[in-house]
Amino acid sequence: MNTFTLGLVVVIYLLVIAYLGYRGYTQTKTAKDYLLAGREIHPFVMAMSYGATFISTSAIIGFGGIGGVYGMGLIWLTALNIIIGIFIAFIFFGRITRRMGHNLDAHTFPEFLGNRFQSKKIQIISGAIIFVSMPLYAAVVLIGGARFIESIFEIDFSLALTFFSIIIAAYVIAGGLKGVMYTDALQGTIMFLSMFFLLIVSYVKLGGVSSAHEALTNMANLVPESLQAKGHEGWTAFPKMNSAWWWILTTNIFLGVGIGVLAQPQLVVRFMTVKSNRELNRAVLIGGIFIFVVTGFIYTVGALTNVYFYRESGQLAIDAAQGNVDLIIPNYINSAMPEWFVYLFMLALLSAGMSTLSSQFHTMGTALGRDFIENIFPKKKMNSMLISKLGILVAIVISIIIGYKLPGGIVARGTAIFFGICAATFLPVYFGALYWKRTTKAAVVWSILAGLLASAFALGFMHLKESEPLGICQAIFGAPTIASGYPWMIMDPIVIALPVSVVVLVLVSLFTENVSEEHLGKCYRGIK
Amino acid sequence: MLGIHDPGIILGYLFSILGLVACVVYGLLFWNKGVATSEEIQEDLEWENKDHQLTEEI
Repeated sequence: MNTFTLGLVVVIYLLVIAYLGYRGYTQTKTAKDYLLAGREIHPFVMAMSYGATFISTSAIIGFGGIGGVYGMGLIWLTALNIIIGIFIAFIFFGRITRRMGHNLDAHTFPEFLGNRFQSKKIQIISGAIIFVSMPLYAAVVLIGGARFIESIFEIDFSLALTFFSIIIAAYVIAGGLKGVMYTDALQGTIMFLSMFFLLIVSYVKLGGVSSAHEALTNMANLVPESLQAKGHEGWTAFPKMNSAWWWILTTNIFLGVGIGVLAQPQLVVRFMTVKSNRELNRAVLIGGIFIFVVTGFIYTVGALTNVYFYRESGQLAIDAAQGNVDLIIPNYINSAMPEWFVYLFMLALLSAGMSTLSSQFHTMGTALGRDFIENIFPKKKMNSMLISKLGILVAIVISIIIGYKLPGGIVARGTAIFFGICAATFLPVYFGALYWKRTTKAAVVWSILAGLLASAFALGFMHLKESEPLGICQAIFGAPTIASGYPWMIMDPIVIALPVSVVVLVLVSLFTENVSEEHLGKCYRGIK
Repeated sequence: MLGIHDPGIILGYLFSILGLVACVVYGLLFWNKGVATSEEIQEDLEWENKDHQLTEEI
C-alpha cells in the first residue's frame, strides 16, 4: 500500500468531514438544533446515521473475524439486527417515541423518560448511568480506531489517539447532532459501498455463490479439535446444541447485541430527530437495506475467507492471521482485494469507528450537561448548548483516560458490558413508557436500579469474561466466578438482569401510584 | 441450498432476507403516509420561539 496515496485519500476524506461538520455548525442556533438536529433530519440521513452508529469498527473487524473462526452462524445476528434493530425498533418503538417525545418536548433519552414519568430524578439517574457506563464502550471504539491509525500510518499510539480524538471532538462539539448525523450519513455510505463490493468480488474470486459455499461446507473435516470441543461442526453449520459456542452465540450475541440495541440511548434519540412518521417510514426501507448489506455481507465474507486462504496457502483463515481473530479480515483484504479497494476499506473502517464515537460523545455529553448538571442545579438558568459542549469535552477526556488506565481485558469487554447494562436498565422501562400506561414513577426508579445492580452482580461475580479481569470475585471469594459450572459462567448477564428488571417494574407498578390521567393524555396525544 | 446444507444456517439467511423484504415493502407502502399534523408544526414553532427567547435571555 502506498503511504502517500493513503495519506491523500484520508486528507480528502477529512476535508469532506470538516465541511459537513461546518455545515452542522452553521445550521445550529438553538438547543433543539444541538440536541435533536432541529427535528428536521432527512430520512436518508437519519437511517444512515442510525446504521453507522449501530455498526462500529469492531462489528466489522471483530465479528467478521469471528465469522472466520466459527462460520456462518452469525448470520442470525444480521436477521435479528434487521428484524429487531430496524423493523421493530422503527415501527413499534420509533414512531411512538417520536410523537411522545414531541408531546413532552424531550431532547434526550433520559429527558424522555423523565418527562414521561414527571420525574427529574429519573432523568438524573438515567443520565448518570449513561455517563458512567458509556465511556467504557467509547474507550473500546476509540482505542480500536487509534490502533488502526497507528498500524496504517506507522505513528505512535498516543499520537494516533490524540489525533483521532481531536478530529471527532471538533465536529461533535461544534456541529452538535447535526454535525454528527451529516458526517454519519457520509460514513455510512462509504461502509455500505465497501461491504457491497467486498462480497461481490469475494464470490467472483471463489467461483460463484454455490461453488464458494460448497467449498466451505466441504472443509468441515478441517475444523481444529479445540473448536470441535466447543461445538463447531463446520463453517456452514450452526453450532452443536448446548455446546459452549451455542450458548455464547445464543445468549451473548443474539440476546446481548440483538435485543440490547432497542434501548441504546444514542439510537433512541435519533427517532426524535425527524419531523414526522413519514420520515421514519422511509428510513425503515433505507435502514433495512443498510444493515442487511453491512452486517450480512461481512459475516458471510468472514466465513468464506477460509476457502480463499486454504486454496492459496493450505491454511485456515485464523492460522493465516497467526491466531489473531482481529487480523482475519484485514489480512484477507490485503491478500485478495485490488489495491484501490484497500483504500476504500480503510476509509470504511475509519468511518465505522468515527460514526459510532461521535454519537457516543454526543450522548455522553448531553447526559452530563442537559440531564445531570442542569437538573442538579434547577434554579440556575443554563445554556443547554454550552453545558452539553462542556459535557462532551469531559466525556472525551474520560474515555481517553479509561483507554489508557483500565486493564486491557476490561476495556475489550466494554461493548458487551454497555449493551448489557443498557438492556437491563432501560429496555423494560422504555417499553413500559411506550406501551404500558400502568407503569409508575416509583416502578421506573426501582426497575432501573434493580437492572443496574443485577447487571453489576452478574458482571462482577458470574460471567467469567468480565469477572476474571475485574478481579472483585477473586478478591472476595477466592475464585474468578461464583457461577458453579456450565453454562452459567458463559451465559450473558442480560439473561439474569433483564428478567429481574422486568419483574421489579411490573410488581412495583401494581402497588404504587400512577401519574395523572391528564398527564397520560398529554403523553399519548396523537398516538393511536 | 446454494452449497449450504445445514437448516440452522439456511433459516438464518432466510430470516435475514425476510426482514429485508419486510423493511422494503413497509417503506414503499407507507412512503407518503404519516406527515406532520398542523398541530405538531404549530407546537414546533412555539418551542422554537421559546428556545430563541431562552437563548437570548441567557
